[in-house]
Amino acid sequence: MSTQQSKASNKRERFVYEDDQVIEKPFNWAQLGRLFHYMKPYRKQLLPIIITMMILGTATRLAIPALVILAIDEAIWPKEGSPSLTLLYTYAAIMLGLYIIQWGANTLRIRYTNIIGQRIIYDLRHDLFSHIQKLSFRFFDKRPAGSVLVRITNDINALQDLFTNGVVNLMMDCVQLVGIVVILLLWNFQLGAAVMITVPLMIIVSTSLRKRIRFAWQDVRTKQSRINAHLNESIQGIKVTQAYVQEKNNIHYFDHMNTVNMKAWHKASALNQTFGPVIEITSAIGTLILFWYGSHLIQTSVITVGVLVGFANYIGNFWDPINRLGQMYSQLLIAMASSERIFEFIDEKPSVPELQEPKKLREIEGHVKFENIIFEYEAGRPALKNINLEAKAGQSIALVGHTGSGKSTIINLLCRFYDPVQGRVLIDGQDIRDVTLESLRSQVSIVLQDTFIFSGSIRDNIRYGRLDATDEEVELAAQAVNAHEFIMTLPDGYDTQVEERGNVLSMGERQLLSFARALLADPRVLILDEATASIDTETELKIQEALKTLLFGRTSFIIAHRLSTIRHADKIIVLDHGVVMEEGNHDELIRQKGIYHGLIEAQYRFLSA
Amino acid sequence: MDVFKQLKDYYWPERRLLVASIVSLIIATALGLVYPVMLKTLIDDAILGGQFGLVPTIALTVVGVVILKGSFQYVHGLFGGRLGNRVAYRLRNESYKKLQYLSFQYYDKAKTGDLMSRLTADLEAIRNFVGFGFAQILNMILMVVFGAAMMIYINWQLTLLTFVTMPLLAFTALRFEKKIHPAFQEMRLAMSHLTTAVQENITGVRTVKSFAREPHEVSKFSARSEEYKENQIRAAKIWGNYFPVMELLASLCIVILLVAGGTLVINKQLQLGELVAFFSLIWYIVSPMWGLGFHINNYTQSKASGERVLELFNQYVHVKNDERAITLDDEKVKGHVRFENVTFSYEGKQPALKNLTIDAPPGKVIGLLGGTGSGKSTVSQLLMRAYNIQDGQITLDSHDIRKLDIASLRSQIATVFQETFLFSASIRDNIAYGINEVTMDEIIRACQLAKAHDFIMELPLGYDTVVGERGLGLSGGQKQRIAIARALIKNPRILFLDDATSAVDMETEHEIQAGFRELMAGRTTFIVAHRISSLRHADEIIVLDNGEVIQRGTHEELIAVPGHYQDTYNIQYADRPVQSNSSDGNGKERRVAH
Repeated sequence: MSTQQSKASNKRERFVYEDDQVIEKPFNWAQLGRLFHYMKPYRKQLLPIIITMMILGTATRLAIPALVILAIDEAIWPKEGSPSLTLLYTYAAIMLGLYIIQWGANTLRIRYTNIIGQRIIYDLRHDLFSHIQKLSFRFFDKRPAGSVLVRITNDINALQDLFTNGVVNLMMDCVQLVGIVVILLLWNFQLGAAVMITVPLMIIVSTSLRKRIRFAWQDVRTKQSRINAHLNESIQGIKVTQAYVQEKNNIHYFDHMNTVNMKAWHKASALNQTFGPVIEITSAIGTLILFWYGSHLIQTSVITVGVLVGFANYIGNFWDPINRLGQMYSQLLIAMASSERIFEFIDEKPSVPELQEPKKLREIEGHVKFENIIFEYEAGRPALKNINLEAKAGQSIALVGHTGSGKSTIINLLCRFYDPVQGRVLIDGQDIRDVTLESLRSQVSIVLQDTFIFSGSIRDNIRYGRLDATDEEVELAAQAVNAHEFIMTLPDGYDTQVEERGNVLSMGERQLLSFARALLADPRVLILDEATASIDTETELKIQEALKTLLFGRTSFIIAHRLSTIRHADKIIVLDHGVVMEEGNHDELIRQKGIYHGLIEAQYRFLSA
Repeated sequence: MDVFKQLKDYYWPERRLLVASIVSLIIATALGLVYPVMLKTLIDDAILGGQFGLVPTIALTVVGVVILKGSFQYVHGLFGGRLGNRVAYRLRNESYKKLQYLSFQYYDKAKTGDLMSRLTADLEAIRNFVGFGFAQILNMILMVVFGAAMMIYINWQLTLLTFVTMPLLAFTALRFEKKIHPAFQEMRLAMSHLTTAVQENITGVRTVKSFAREPHEVSKFSARSEEYKENQIRAAKIWGNYFPVMELLASLCIVILLVAGGTLVINKQLQLGELVAFFSLIWYIVSPMWGLGFHINNYTQSKASGERVLELFNQYVHVKNDERAITLDDEKVKGHVRFENVTFSYEGKQPALKNLTIDAPPGKVIGLLGGTGSGKSTVSQLLMRAYNIQDGQITLDSHDIRKLDIASLRSQIATVFQETFLFSASIRDNIAYGINEVTMDEIIRACQLAKAHDFIMELPLGYDTVVGERGLGLSGGQKQRIAIARALIKNPRILFLDDATSAVDMETEHEIQAGFRELMAGRTTFIVAHRISSLRHADEIIVLDNGEVIQRGTHEELIAVPGHYQDTYNIQYADRPVQSNSSDGNGKERRVAH
C-alpha cells in the first residue's frame, strides 16, 4: 500500500528508484529446506559436535539453579537434621565442575558453529556468483549493476547471522524452554502448571506485536535501499553534478529522502521498543501467581522454601528465550526475504543455454555466415529483419548504418551474447548454438566502445586477453597497437595500478589497452565495435597498419562512424532498421550511387558547407 | 573516546534525548532491584516469619514495580532510538554534503564500494552505539554499582569475597579488546575486496563474456571469498576463546557465593533470606559481565566505523572558494576565456598540459585536436576548475577563475563529457538536470537542436521514459545526444563539447553542429573531436600533443602546411569520390526517417 503512494509522489521527484518487492509472503518452508540443504556436507563431521556441545552447555545452565536450591534445602537449611558444610562444599564442587564443562562446551560450540556457518556462506556465495557468470546478457540488460551486487554481498551477509548464531541459538532457546517447563512441572506440577498459564498469553501478545514491527522494518528497508541507490548514483555521476552546479539541489533532495528514512526508522524503532516491556509486564503476572500461590503452598507445607526460590530463578530464565525467539522469528523472515532473492537468481536460466553435451568448436578458419536471421530485444520490436550475410575466412567486413540500424546487434549475435529468434549463425559451417561458449568466444574477440578497466596493473589488464601470456608477449601486444609509448610515461610503466574509474587513463588510452588485450587473445575472428571512436586518427592509422599484418588470414568485423576506417574493408554492408540495404566493396558501392555513396558525399559536403 | 569527541557536533544537539534516555534506563534498572528485595521480604518476613498476610501486598508491589519498570524501559528505548536515528540522519546528510563538494582529485582515486560502505554499514554501527550501545554500557556499570551497593549494604564481607575474580575479568576484557580490534579491521578490508571484485565483474560483464573469462572471474572471486571466510573464522576464534572465559570468571562468583554464603548461614552469621537475595543480586553483577564481550565488540566496531566516517569528513577539499570570491553577474558575463601559460599535471603523473595559451573571445569556436592523452579533456576540466592548476592562469572576462565563486563560474559553462552519464530519472529530468525551472517546450526545443527529439518520441513513454543506471537501453549515440540537450538547455555562455559526438554518425553530428552554432552565436564554444569535419568550422583549431600546442590556426591555414593536421586530414579523406557534384539529392533522400 505504501509503495503505491510513494510511486505517485515520485512523479514529481528528481530521480526515480524502483522499489524491491516488499509484499509479505507466507512462510516458505520449501525455501528453508533448500537453505538447510547447504548444511548437508557437515552433517557427519561438525554438526554432531556442535549439537553435543549445545546440549551440554544448555543442560549445565539448567542444572545450576537446581543445584543452588538443593544446596539450600539440603545443606544450608535442611528441614530435618543439622546443616552440613561437607554437603555444601560437595555441591559447590559439582557446580564448579559444571561451569568448567560449560566453558569447554561454549568454546567449542562458538568455534565450530562459526566454521560451519562461514563455510556455508562461502558455498552459497560461490554458487550464486558462479551461476551469475553463466547467465546471459538479457539478464544483465534488465538489472542495474547495484542490484546484482547487493545480492552477492548484502543478501548473503544477511544469512550469515542465521547460520553462524541464529540456528544454534534457536535450538538452544528451544531446549532451554522445554527444559525449564519439564523441570518446573516435575518439581511441582500444581505450581508449575499455574505459572505456565501466562505462556499462551505471552505467545499471542508477542506474535501480534511482531507482525506490526515487521511491517515497519520492511518500510525502513525499502526507504534505505532507495537511499543506497541514490548514493551509488550520485557518486558515479559526480562530475556531471559539479559541472552543472547541482550540489545544492541534490543536497536538498537528499535531505528530503533522508528525512523520510528517519521517520520510518522512528516508527520502526518505537514499535520495536514496545516488545521488551510488554513481554516483561506479561511475565509479571507469572511472578504474581508464583508469590501468591507459592506462599500458599508453603503455608500448607506442600513445597519447601527452596522450591519457591528455585521457581523464582527458573522463571527469570524463562522470559529471555521467549523474547529472543520472537526476535529470532523476525530475523528468520528477513533471512527468508534475502534467500528468496538469492534463489531467484540461482533459478534464473541462461537465455543462451549450452547444449546438454556441447561440442568444442575446433580451431576455426573464420568463415562466418548469417542465415535468415530475425532478432528482437523485446518482443514485437524487431532489431534485425531477415539478415543474410557471409564473411569468407580472412575477409574484413565493415558494418555501416545509423544508430539503431542493427550493427551492434549483428556483433552481439556473432559472439552469441543473444540467440536469434529465427535463423542461424554458422562459423565454418557449424551452428554456434551447438558448441561451448568458451570455445566460441576464445576464437572470436571483440574490442568494445567502452573499454572496461579492472583495478590492478596495466599489465594484468592486457593479460586479461590471454591469462598465460608472458610479460614479453604482453609488451609485444602493447607495442603492436602503439600503447607501449604512453604506458612507459606512466609512473610505474606496466606495473602502474589503475582503477575502474579515475583519471589515470584517458578514454583513448583505454581503447588502446583494449586493443592490446584483444590482440593477445589471438582470435580467428576479430570484431571492432566503434573501437576507435576516441582514438585520434594518426594512432588509429598506426593501429590499422599493425592490424593489417595481424589480421592477415583472420576474419574481421568493423563498426565505425569514420568512413576512413572502413574504406579498405573487403565488404561493406549498409544497414538500416535491421535490413541490409547495400553490400559490396568501397568502389562497387560508390559506383552504385546509393546510401553509401551518399554518406561519403555528405562527408565532403560538411567539409565545404 | 577521541572518535566520539570529534563526533560530538552530531549528537550533542540531541543531548536532551540522550539524558532522558539514560535517566529512564537508570530508573528502570533501579526499579529492577526491588524484585530481589521483595523476594527477600517474602521469604524472611512472610514465610519464615509467619506473616502470610503480607503476601498479597508483596505480590502486587512486584507487579506494580514491573509495570513501572517496563514503562521506563520503553521510554528509554523510544528516546534512544530517536537519538540514534537523528544522529544517523545528521551524519548521513553531512556525508552526502561532503561528497557533493569533494573535488575530482578525490574521486580519481576513491572507490564507490568503499564510500558506500562508509555511508551505510558504518553509519549503522554508529547509530546503534549512540542510540543504545552507549546507554547499555552505562547501564551495565550502573547495574554493577547498584548491585554491589545493595550487596555491601546487606553484607560487605561476603560481597568482597564474591568479587574476588573481578580484577581478572577486567584484565581479560581489556586483552580481548586489543585483540579483536585488528581482526575487525581485517574483516572489513576483506569485505571491501570482495565487493570490489563483484562490482567490477558485473560492471565489466561484456568484457568478461567476450573473452570467455568466467572461470578466471570465479577463481578470482573464490580467492577473495576465501579470504573473507578465513578472516571471519579467525575473528570468531578470538571471541570463541574469550567469551567463555569471561563467562566462566563471572560464574565463579556464584560458586564463591554458594561456598562463602552457605558457610555464613550455617554459622548463623547470615539470614537465609539474605543469601537468597544475594543469589538474586548476583545476577546484577554476573549478567552484565557475561555481556561484557558483546559490549566491547560493539564499542570497538562503532569506534572503527566512526573513524571511517570521520576520515571522510576530514577529507581535504582541493578546490575551494576564495575568501573574497566574486560572484559574476549572469547578465553581464561575456564569456571571454583565456588560458595563459597554463601548466597542469595530475597527481603523481607527468604534466598533462604544458604552458598552454588559448584566447577564446565571445562568439568564437575553438577546436581541439590531438592524440589520446594529449590533454584535450584536461582543458575542459581546468576551465570548470575541477582541478587547480600548478602554473599560469585561466581567466573568464579577465577574472582569474580562482578568484571567482565556483558555482558562479560553473553555471556559465556547459560541459558535455566524453563519457555520458545519465541519472535514474525520466529523460525529461535528465535533460533539465542543470536548471531549476523549465517548460516542456524548452526541453523539446533543446532536444530538437541536439537531434534527440525524434528518437525520444519513438520510445514507448517518450520524454517520461526512465533511463536506468548508466542509461541502459539507449545506444551510445542516443545517450550522447541527451547529454548535448542537457548542455544546450542551460543556455550557457560557454559550451564545451569534449568528444561529445564520437558515437553519433556524421550526418547527425553535422545537424547538431548547425543547431548549436545558432544557439551559441556571440558566445564561446570549445569542441574536442577526432573528425576533421567536426572541427572544420572552428575559428581556431589547436593541435595538442603530449600537453603541448604543436599547431594552431584555421582549417584552411592548417591544411595548407605539412603537419599533424594535414596528415589527419589526408588519412580521413584519402580517396575522395571523383564525381562529387552529380549526386546532391541522393544524400538527403536517403536520410532515413529516424
